[in-house]
Amino acid sequence: MIPANVPIQRPPDARLLVVDSGGQIRDMLRSSFPTLLRLGDIVVANDAATMPASIFGVHKRTGRSIEVRLAGSESIFHEDVRQFTAVVFGEGNYRTPTERRPSPPELRPGDTLHLGSLTATILQLLSHPRFVLIRFEGTSASIWEGLARHGRPIQYSHIPTTLTVWDTWTPIAGPPVAFEPPSAGYALDWRTLDAIHRRGVHFATITHAAGISSTGDAELDARLPFDEPYRITESAARLIRLARATGGRLIAIGTTVVRALEHAVSIHGSLRETTGMATNRIGTATELHIVDAILSGTHEPGTSHHQLLSAFVDQRTLAKMDQILQQHAYRTHEFGDSVFVEKFRNRERWTEPVEFWAAKSRPQRQVRRCRNVLRSGPFRRF
Amino acid sequence: MANGSEEMSKRQELTAWNSIRVAVTGGTSGLGLALVRVLLDRGARVAFIARNRDNVERLMRERMHARGIIGDVSQKGDIYSIAIQILGELGGLDILINNASSLGPVPLAPLADTNCEDFELALQTNVLGPFRLTKALLGALAASAREGGRPLVVNVTSDAAINAYPNWGAYGASKAALHHMSEIWNAELKSQGVQVISWDPGDMDTPSHAVAVPDADSTALKRPTDAARELVSKIANLILPVREATQ
Repeated sequence: MIPANVPIQRPPDARLLVVDSGGQIRDMLRSSFPTLLRLGDIVVANDAATMPASIFGVHKRTGRSIEVRLAGSESIFHEDVRQFTAVVFGEGNYRTPTERRPSPPELRPGDTLHLGSLTATILQLLSHPRFVLIRFEGTSASIWEGLARHGRPIQYSHIPTTLTVWDTWTPIAGPPVAFEPPSAGYALDWRTLDAIHRRGVHFATITHAAGISSTGDAELDARLPFDEPYRITESAARLIRLARATGGRLIAIGTTVVRALEHAVSIHGSLRETTGMATNRIGTATELHIVDAILSGTHEPGTSHHQLLSAFVDQRTLAKMDQILQQHAYRTHEFGDSVFVEKFRNRERWTEPVEFWAAKSRPQRQVRRCRNVLRSGPFRRF
Repeated sequence: MANGSEEMSKRQELTAWNSIRVAVTGGTSGLGLALVRVLLDRGARVAFIARNRDNVERLMRERMHARGIIGDVSQKGDIYSIAIQILGELGGLDILINNASSLGPVPLAPLADTNCEDFELALQTNVLGPFRLTKALLGALAASAREGGRPLVVNVTSDAAINAYPNWGAYGASKAALHHMSEIWNAELKSQGVQVISWDPGDMDTPSHAVAVPDADSTALKRPTDAARELVSKIANLILPVREATQ
């Protein structure tokens, strides 16, 4: 896949690889996503806005420059803005690949961090020299002001230009509780939401504090995703129950929605108004209880997001998807193309997908031609 | 009996306002300041935005429950900083009042004598600022509708948006754009349950009016508090179900 390196949320030629519940694979323009929906379905998205969670400053005891990336919180509530888990880097910035970033100075409980107008204290090391629990000083108002003025969106080296906050907010973004964008929601502009509505499809949102996606350290990355708090309101729970009771499918926009809804159902037995902490890992062994399909980014094998897709389809189909994404030059990362994956009707007895025709990697010229065909509209079956 | 029922209706309204989250731009002087005070008196949860830190902090000392945010809506780079703080402080939003305003050239000038930069400032403050802030907060406003609220955006306009007053060119043209933009927003956002209105408070005795018309008889002008009460009553009629029930 090609890293999407321009921060455009909805490029007109964004592609969507569709895997239906029978295992058939095809691709289409992502803007046609509403045509995959049926009367009575419900689309559920994560309405968390992304806080500027990367803050540069100084480790007071050593005087060394650091970057603190807020990574998680115990609470989904906006007023709980004092205490965070955080990953700390040494000098440098996003232009250096995360795994090559210098380590921070030795961090100890009680150390003070000066971060713009914010001051934080390290409360605890979390079983790793760069993963800490910190607490900001001041009122919630002064902390929000400090984050708004001195924080920047967490960013990785595949995007050369500096991201602004508006690059990271989905159109439906509300409470600023996510640490990285719930980027599957980039696909949902207001025109798309209107199209969804016109098809008689319901729309609901939950709030899930999407956490950090990479720490630059293999040992820490293996612990991803970290625990993430979420909130499901009564009206969202009611609408989801209603749609499901009347035969509608639940389409999750992004992995965070799957994680939160499946966690809530596993705890309460059914979906209801709740706040919780998603500690679950979703993968091959997971039986999905409430989500029927997912619209998500294109994920690299080995990531937790990729692993989550194996709860929807079997390994063979997942491997086939990976192969198609690779061979057809899909774009990856948060501003990349997307996949729409339905839960197999029967994960043990799924239908063999039609062999796709492109067995070899195609040169760039052909990739461009392929994209031009897509712009003109016809679906491609694999 | 009538008094009893009126009192109950007032109590119900106060209770209803307790859950309403409002953001007011230009909240430290004139109409904006009066709106912040009246809304707080009704029990609403209010965040106000203004450029001057001293003025913001002064109002926060006066009204402990008000959440003050320092920012300039005419600056593109300030919009998301403002939005983060509004949503961080209030947790969501039900009403956005785009009240901050620029006269353009001061003293007022005929269009032919208006510097482009002054016209640009009027457009940045009176049109692009409200557009950008509404767009940044639209997710939260639509969420309010999904939760059963009746979210509302109020764009404060002027009769200069309709009538062609000489010397009010930059201001009048920008307010006309704001008025028309409000109507288009409103038509487009109906499906999301978000209402957008423009509202003309009339000529008020405010610092801004004094700058625009230095020799005006201030006693003949509307008091900002009266205009604020009018707007808050209008808002209550539009968003509070209790008002419907008592009418």
